[in-house]
Amino acid sequence: MSKKSIILAALLVFLLTVPAGAKTLRFAFQGDVKSMDPYSLNETFQLGFLGNIYEGLIRRGPNLEIEPCLAERWEILEPTRWRFYLRKGVKFHDGTPFTADDVIFSAQRVRHKNSDLKTRLSDKVKVVKVDDYTVDFITPVPNPILHVEWGTWHIMSKSWCEKHNATIPESATGESENYATRHANGTGPFKLVSHEPGVKTIAVVNPHWWDSSKEHNVTKVIFTPIASDATRVAALLSGQVDMAYPIPVQDMKRIERHPDCRMLVGPELRTIFFGMDQFRDELLYSNVKGKNPFKDKRVRQAFYQAIDIEAIKKKVMRGLSQPSAMMIAPGIIGWSPKFKRLPYDPEASKRLLAEAGYPHGFEVTLDCPNDRYVNDEAICLAVVSMLAKVGVKVNLLAQPKAKFFPKILAPKLDTSFYLLGWTPSSFDSWNVLYNLHNCPSESGAGKFNIGGYCNPKVDELTAKILSETDQAKRLKLIEEAWTITINDIAYIPLHQQALAWGVRNHVNLKQRPDNVFSWRHVVIK
Amino acid sequence: MRGVEGLHGAIRRFFDSDLWYSFTRSKVTVLAALVTLAFILAAIFAPLIAPHDPFDPASLDLMDAFTPPAWYPEGTTEFLLGTDDQGRDLLSTILYGSRISLFVGFASMLFAMVVGVSLGLISGYIGGPIDAVLMRIADVQISFPAILIAMLVDGVARGILPTQRHEALAIWVMVFSIGISNWVHFARTVRGSTMVEKNKEYVQAARVIGRSRPTIMFQHILPNVMGPVLVIATIGLAVAILTEATLSYLGVGVPPTKPSLGTLIRIGQSFLFAGEWWIVIFPGAALATLVLAVNLLGDWLRDALNPKLR
Repeated sequence: MSKKSIILAALLVFLLTVPAGAKTLRFAFQGDVKSMDPYSLNETFQLGFLGNIYEGLIRRGPNLEIEPCLAERWEILEPTRWRFYLRKGVKFHDGTPFTADDVIFSAQRVRHKNSDLKTRLSDKVKVVKVDDYTVDFITPVPNPILHVEWGTWHIMSKSWCEKHNATIPESATGESENYATRHANGTGPFKLVSHEPGVKTIAVVNPHWWDSSKEHNVTKVIFTPIASDATRVAALLSGQVDMAYPIPVQDMKRIERHPDCRMLVGPELRTIFFGMDQFRDELLYSNVKGKNPFKDKRVRQAFYQAIDIEAIKKKVMRGLSQPSAMMIAPGIIGWSPKFKRLPYDPEASKRLLAEAGYPHGFEVTLDCPNDRYVNDEAICLAVVSMLAKVGVKVNLLAQPKAKFFPKILAPKLDTSFYLLGWTPSSFDSWNVLYNLHNCPSESGAGKFNIGGYCNPKVDELTAKILSETDQAKRLKLIEEAWTITINDIAYIPLHQQALAWGVRNHVNLKQRPDNVFSWRHVVIK
Repeated sequence: MRGVEGLHGAIRRFFDSDLWYSFTRSKVTVLAALVTLAFILAAIFAPLIAPHDPFDPASLDLMDAFTPPAWYPEGTTEFLLGTDDQGRDLLSTILYGSRISLFVGFASMLFAMVVGVSLGLISGYIGGPIDAVLMRIADVQISFPAILIAMLVDGVARGILPTQRHEALAIWVMVFSIGISNWVHFARTVRGSTMVEKNKEYVQAARVIGRSRPTIMFQHILPNVMGPVLVIATIGLAVAILTEATLSYLGVGVPPTKPSLGTLIRIGQSFLFAGEWWIVIFPGAALATLVLAVNLLGDWLRDALNPKLR
């Protein structure tokens, strides 16, 4: 071997070992980030991922507590006028300073008709620049929860969007894209390096990040979408990724037994539930003609009491679910231990059906996704056999989410009995009451109330809850609303599924209850 | 009386034939035939011999889910081979599942045979432009994998039929989609044999006495080209069973409340890592045994009917 090649080899070894300070985080999720545009898709993973690159005026801490972020502080000058004081000295990744103009611009962009995040800021709210670092938000009526969903309203740079002709958001589900679809320019702790759809996305640390209390030590992040459960688990076990989620419930034990891996589990904020058609005069896909059994509360209660939620928890969810009496999870504002599930009681269920005039049950079709929630199809199958025991014949239609959602959601509403899950992005009861329990109307209320449950009292309370500023009074109103809807059996809540993250032992991180993976808490040993 | 004697004669002729002789000579073939027969009988009499009815959701209890086979300490004799994730008894589900598999297999093979043989006869006997068109269609179709065509047909059917109706017709859609993807082999073989047969004296004689074309095709030629068709049909049966299993494995076949062998394997594979191996192994073994037995029968039949090997 010549001297030259020895030197070359030595140099190579040196170069390979030099980045000792480099800490790379590799992680996998079941789906991909659909677009780098923060207003393109209102979905937990999408927004959680971009929350590492972009930032909002506020942010959520590890326990979802509201923290100041791009706004240093804020105050309510009048019930309808909020003043936000912006953080000074913050720079976007391209070096331009962050100012009030960017907030005004983002407020326009997020409310554009192409934006999927229009609900973050109502059209009726006026956004006024006071000076370069002060912005006022003027609401038509008092709104005490104006800012709670802003952790996922990411602020974009005005000059960058204008320079790259990306001032209008492009929906992630649409055909067209613009510069912001594959590039990003935020203020967050990480900078986007490259995004290859379906392959991988790479980000590096932002050395000029404003937050001096930075706790992470990550220099580079590589994200790989792995759709197959088995492959994702295998990638974690073999060390190809440092973190993977979600982990299927049946594989958790295997990860726990592995010496270098651990499971992080916790209750998720999403509530899984069954919805029933209460607005049609005749059910779709049923043998009952001329009337709608679900309009009768006794029938809804019979369905409720026929479901053995403990059996589902033990066998389908392997102990990793939290049976729920409410349509919200503990941790959501308005949750109360006061409410209890109706007991599992097939005899009572049969009696109720007989009283309602269906002693031999009836036939109905259940719409169910098979790739959206943890063991969704298995839950539906289990419920089919439970309902069969009280005489109700359920035809199960389990489909991939790509076919399931367009079928059951508005405008089609092509279902009379369905399984769905819901997480309020504001972590507040109002969101659930407004979207799922208000009478559906043109205004957007009850947009996801597919069964058309309608009780004007609930609508009235929901409106009051939105504008009530006294916390104690507000909580009372919320409790009152929940008492009505639970008593009406507007829905059949099932459970909160568990968050299931598999992590290699050399990585420390914090698991947020809304299933968002925040890289700024990651410490790699 | 004559009919009965004719039948007796036919049976005697059968047992005296070379076919029967070569069958009894091959132990493997006899075994394969017995296994196939056992499967068919088990499938036909499944409601009588299966300890549970897995297609009746009211009889299932979720608390029985994931019971291991009987020889495990946690297993019970109630569920000899254990249960799946919904508490369905695996032994019963395999019996009922092979019912679906065999039914779809036989029905789609019959369908493919009727279509393929008819078109093959027409193509071979009439010839000309009809022959050219039919055979080009066959050429195009044979360049697609059968499973792809079956999935395509199934997908189109799903698109056309309203979802509720599709559920009820799922099995017939399967029969049609698998059948239509397999007719080409029959058509090509029959066409070849027909072209040979149509110039023989007996066909010319039939033509001379003025018999119609369909009569000549189906009464005179057909019986003489059936040998190879039988071979293809047997092997085609195995292929059809496998195709059904593959479709169900991919989740596009029968509804989830009526699991076939392929559905069971799909359900079971997600529990393989968790150590619940019986949900995938037993249906898998049943499927492999059935297909192997049918294939061995097909192989033997091919050799036995091949004059060169006799």
